[in-house]
Amino acid sequence: MRKILAKKIENMVAELCILANLNLRNDVLATLKAARLKEKHSQAKSLISVIIQNALIAKKEKRAICQDTGMPCVFVEIGQKAYVEGDLKAAIKKGVEAGYKKGFLRNSIVHNPLVRQSPRYLPPVIHIDIVKGSKLKLTVLPKGFGCENKAQLKMFKPTAKISEIKNFIVEAVRTAGPDACPPYVVGVGIGGTADYAAFLAKKALLQRIESRKPQTENQKFANDVLQAINKLNIGPMGLGGKTTALALNLEIYPTHIAGLPVAVNISCHALRSAAALI
Amino acid sequence: MKKIKTPLDKAQIEKLKAGDEVSLSGVIYTARDQAHKRLVEAIKAGRKLPIDLKGQMIYYCGPTKTPRGKTIGSCGPTTSSRMDGFTPLLLKAGLKGMIGKGSRSPEVITAIKKYKGVYFSAYAGCGALLAKYIKKAGPVVYKDLGPEAIHRLEVKGFPLIVAIDAKGNNIYARRTTKI
Repeated sequence: MRKILAKKIENMVAELCILANLNLRNDVLATLKAARLKEKHSQAKSLISVIIQNALIAKKEKRAICQDTGMPCVFVEIGQKAYVEGDLKAAIKKGVEAGYKKGFLRNSIVHNPLVRQSPRYLPPVIHIDIVKGSKLKLTVLPKGFGCENKAQLKMFKPTAKISEIKNFIVEAVRTAGPDACPPYVVGVGIGGTADYAAFLAKKALLQRIESRKPQTENQKFANDVLQAINKLNIGPMGLGGKTTALALNLEIYPTHIAGLPVAVNISCHALRSAAALI
Repeated sequence: MKKIKTPLDKAQIEKLKAGDEVSLSGVIYTARDQAHKRLVEAIKAGRKLPIDLKGQMIYYCGPTKTPRGKTIGSCGPTTSSRMDGFTPLLLKAGLKGMIGKGSRSPEVITAIKKYKGVYFSAYAGCGALLAKYIKKAGPVVYKDLGPEAIHRLEVKGFPLIVAIDAKGNNIYARRTTKI
C-alpha cells in the first residue's frame, strides 16, 4: 500500500483552488478563440474578445477570472492500492480555505441555507471515488452559482423520443437565456438515478473540450443538440449571435428499464477547473 | 460611446437608448440579494435608509477579497433577475440606475418606465477586466454580509451597455428566436 500524507493533499487542494480561479482552462480559451473566428455577428465577436481579454488580465494580474469564485467542488479519485495518513476530508477543507484566502478569492458559502448568516469559505462539496492503482487524483471545480442556478433534471419515460430529450436540453439553455454568462458549456448526464444523473451532468463539465467529428451515436446526439442550442441566438452575454454554447459534454450511465433520467448542468464561459495527480 | 456621470439626472437618462455603449464615471453602490432584502425591509418599516438612493446607481456585485496593493478584487456583475422582486420599491425610493447582467421581469420594466430609470448590462463574467475601472472601493453598510455588503465604488470610464432604457426598450427582448 502506498502512503499519501494528508498534508500533501491539503497543499495540493490549496494550489488547485488558486490555479483554477486565476487561469482559464486552455481548452476553454482555445474554444473561445475558435468561436471568435467563426462568429459573424460583430458585437458578439467583440464580446468574445472582451472575455478572452478578461482571462488574460486575470492570469497576468493574479486576480480571479470572475468575482463568483464558486462553491468549490472537489473530486477525489483514490487508487485502491493507496491510503491516506491523516484525515482526508479535513485536509481538503483546510486546503480550500487556505487556497481561497491566499488567492484573495470570495467567501461565498452560507452555513445554513435557510438561515443565511455571514458567508464563509467552507465547506466545499466533495465527491470521493475509489479507482484502480496507487495514485490519488484531485480535481477542483469552482462552480459559480449564476449558472448553477440554471441546472435542471427531468425523469423521462423509457419510451420517450430522442427529440423530446433534445428539446429538454435546448429548453434548459433557452431558460438560462442571457442570465448565466453565455457562451455556455453544457454538461449533460443521462442515466443512473436522479441523483446520479445530476452528478454526471456536473462531472461532464470536467471533460476536455475538443472539436472532433462525431463518431459514435452519443457524440452525434451531443453534436445535434449543440447545433440546436447555437441556433437560439442568445449569443455571448445574451446579446445575440451564434455562439450560445462552446460545447456540450455528455456523460452516460446505464439506467433502469422503467426510467430515463436526464440532467443538465450549465457552466458559464468561465469554466474553471484544475487537476493534479499525487 | 456616450459618457455619463453619477448622480444620474433626467437629462442624462433621457438621452440613453437600449443598445447604447456607455462609459460611466462617479460613485456607485454595490448591492446583492441580502442587501436588497434589508433595504426593502427598511423602506416597508418606514425606517431611514443607510444610503440616500436619490439619483444613485446600484451595481449587482459581490467582489472577491482585495489582493494586497490593489483597489479591489474581481468585481463583475451578478444575475440581475434575483433582485427583480425588490427593484420596483427601490426605484420608487429614488434609485435611478441598476447595473447587472441578464433579463428583468415585466414588473421591473414597468417600474423603470414609471420612475424614469435605466438598467445597464456590464461585461458578464469579466470581473478581472472591470476591476481596472474602479479607482476607490470599500464596504460602507451591512458589513456583516461580507461580499454582500454595500460597497461604495468610485469608477472612471466603467464600460456599460444600456439594456433597458427609460421608455422600456429592452435589448434582451428581441434576441432569442424560436426554433
